[in-house]
Amino acid sequence: MAQTPDALRELTEISTQIEAAVVLDREGAVVASTLDDERAGRLAAAALELLGAAEEQGESLVQLDVVLRDGVVFVVADGDRVITATTGPEPTAGLVFYDLKSCLRALGGEEKPKAAAKPRARRAPAKKASTRKKADDAGT
Amino acid sequence: MRGRSFVTGLVVAAGSAAGAIALGRRAARRRERVELYFGDGSLVTLSAGSPGADRLLSSARRLLAAARG
Repeated sequence: MAQTPDALRELTEISTQIEAAVVLDREGAVVASTLDDERAGRLAAAALELLGAAEEQGESLVQLDVVLRDGVVFVVADGDRVITATTGPEPTAGLVFYDLKSCLRALGGEEKPKAAAKPRARRAPAKKASTRKKADDAGT
Repeated sequence: MRGRSFVTGLVVAAGSAAGAIALGRRAARRRERVELYFGDGSLVTLSAGSPGADRLLSSARRLLAAARG
């Protein structure tokens, strides 16, 4: 079964409208999925076909949704990565797109070298230099 | 009396118009369509039956079927 990284797991937990999601590359290879391998492969092939046909309408396509009677299909492309998701009828499209983009960004972050992902040590906030004069000074 | 029936007629007419608009919007929302968003912020909507839409709709149907097993 394809990996289900934290970002994809979070996506389905946060966005309850999303039924299934698959991340793939431009060659159609499944990178991560919420489905089993067979279904993820079929879904990825259909997503690539859909994206290819949609890009014939314009090369700068960044995302699309297809509203069907029994559900909605979403596809978001970002460079070499593509994420596709399905929902039931009448989802909040704006929210779904936002969650898919966040997931794609998070997946990009997860794959960076660990040194880059290491959190910076927090510094204590610098004390503000007071510009207010003491009452005694002001009086003199 | 005459004024009252005029107001009643007006209310009924306004209600009917509002109902028709609501039903029309609901039907439009349920109509199968493809929405394409481009990098420059533009959006193209292809309704079922328009050129190019049917191929996209059939791919999307296959995708949805694959997702639901």
